Amino acid sequence: MRHDHLISARQLSRGDVEAVLDRAAEFDAGERVARDDDLLGLLFFEPSTRTKMSFDTAMKRLGGDTVDMGTVESSSVKKGESLADTVRVVAGYADALVLRHPSEGAAKLASEFVDVPVINAGDGAGQHPTQTLLDLYTIRENAGLDDITVGIMGDLKYGRTVHSLAGALTEFDVRQHFISPESLRLPKNVRYDLHEAGADVREHTELGGVLPELDVLYVTRIQRERFPDENEYRQVAGEYRIDAETLDAARDDLTVMHPLPRVDEIAPDVDETEYATYFDQAHNGVPVRMALLDMMLPGDGGDGR
Amino acid sequence: MSDSNQELRVSKIKNGTVIDHIAAGQALNVLAILGIDGSGGEEISVGMNVPSDRLGRKDIVKVEGRELSPAEVDVLSLIAPAASINIVREYDVVEKSRVTRPEVVTGILSCPNANCISTEGEPVESRFDVLDDAVRCGYCDTILREDLAEHIATD
Repeated sequence: MRHDHLISARQLSRGDVEAVLDRAAEFDAGERVARDDDLLGLLFFEPSTRTKMSFDTAMKRLGGDTVDMGTVESSSVKKGESLADTVRVVAGYADALVLRHPSEGAAKLASEFVDVPVINAGDGAGQHPTQTLLDLYTIRENAGLDDITVGIMGDLKYGRTVHSLAGALTEFDVRQHFISPESLRLPKNVRYDLHEAGADVREHTELGGVLPELDVLYVTRIQRERFPDENEYRQVAGEYRIDAETLDAARDDLTVMHPLPRVDEIAPDVDETEYATYFDQAHNGVPVRMALLDMMLPGDGGDGR
Repeated sequence: MSDSNQELRVSKIKNGTVIDHIAAGQALNVLAILGIDGSGGEEISVGMNVPSDRLGRKDIVKVEGRELSPAEVDVLSLIAPAASINIVREYDVVEKSRVTRPEVVTGILSCPNANCISTEGEPVESRFDVLDDAVRCGYCDTILREDLAEHIATD
C-alpha cells in the first residue's frame, strides 16, 4: 500500500485490501517485527474503546509504543486549540497519528497539516476505514470476499462503518442489500459512489424478505439520539432487532457481524449461536491494525521488508 | 431582437467585463459568487430576464473597471454554465471566452453540512470537487447538486 494517509475506504483498491489482509493473517499466525523506536500518536476527540485499545495494542505488539492525547477535557483542545494546531504539535512527537474526531472531514484536514501518516479512526458520520479492513478480514475468513451476498442493516445514514464498508465492498464481487427505516437510508454521497462503482445494490425496509439470501448480515445500532421523538425511535428500533428466532429463516452458514458496541439490536441469545461473529470481529482489529501500521509507518520494521 | 441589441439596454462599459448568456434569474448569484457587490467601487450594470436567441431568456452583468481572472471565470460555470465572458478595453471587446468547468473550487462555496470540519473555524478554505452534475465537499464528501448559489460563502 503506497498511501501516505488512510482517510477513506474509497482510497483502497482491491489490491490494497488484499495486501493488508494477507499481512494481517501473518500477524495473526504469530509473526513479529521489531519496531522498537516507533511511536504512534493517539488523538481521540470522542470516546472509543475498541478502536483506541486495538491501535494501542497493535502498536505495542509491533514492538513500538504510543503517546496518547488523553481526553478532550484534559487537553489543550479544552482551551480552544484548533485541530490543525493540535495535530501539528503531536506530529512532532510521533511517527504516525491515529485520529478519532466528531466532525466529518477531520482526518482529511489533519493530513494537510502534518508530514507523518494520518489514519482516520472515525470522523463523525463520515468514514471509518480501519474498521472496514477488519470487517473485510472477518468476512474473508467466514464467507470469502467474492460471489457473496451481504446485508447491512440499521442506521445507514449516520453509520460511518457502513459508509466505509459499502464503498470497499464494491471492489469485490458482492451483492449488497441495505435494510433500514426510510429516515435512515444511505446518504447521497455514498449512493453516488455505489452508483459510480456500478455496484449491485438493493434497498429494503424489512429484513425478512432478504434474510434467506444472505451470507453475511452486518448489523449496526440505530442511534436513539438521531430521533427527535422517543416514540418514533422505539417504533423503528424494535423492527431492526434480531434474536435467535429471527435467524431461523437464515442460511446455516450466515455470519452475523456488528461493529459494536451493541445496545439491544442483537439479543444475547444470538451470542450462543454459530452465526455470531462480532466478538471475533472485534478481536481481528489487532492483527489488521498491526498490518496497517507496519505497512504505513516509515522504515521496514527490522525484518527486511 | 438579437443579443447584441439587447445588450444596449444596459450601458456600454469602457473597461471591464461583460458576462453574457447567464441563465435567467442567476445574475445576482453570479455577482455573489464573484464577491462583487459594488463595495470595491466598481460600477455594475445588470440586465435580467432579457430575450436571448440562444437561451430564450437570459441575464447580463457588466462590471466597469474590473477584468475577471480565469479562476473567477471558472467558478461561474457552476451556476452559469452557458455564460460567455467579454473583456472590454476602451469600449472594444479584446477577449471573448466561454466558461469551463474547473476540477476544484476553493473558498467559494460553504459546506452545508453543519458537522463538516471545514465549517468549524479551522485555518482552511472550503474545497469542492466538481462532479458532472454536482460538487462534492473535499473534506466531508457532502454532495451539493441543487441551489449552489445558496451556499456561496459569505464573509
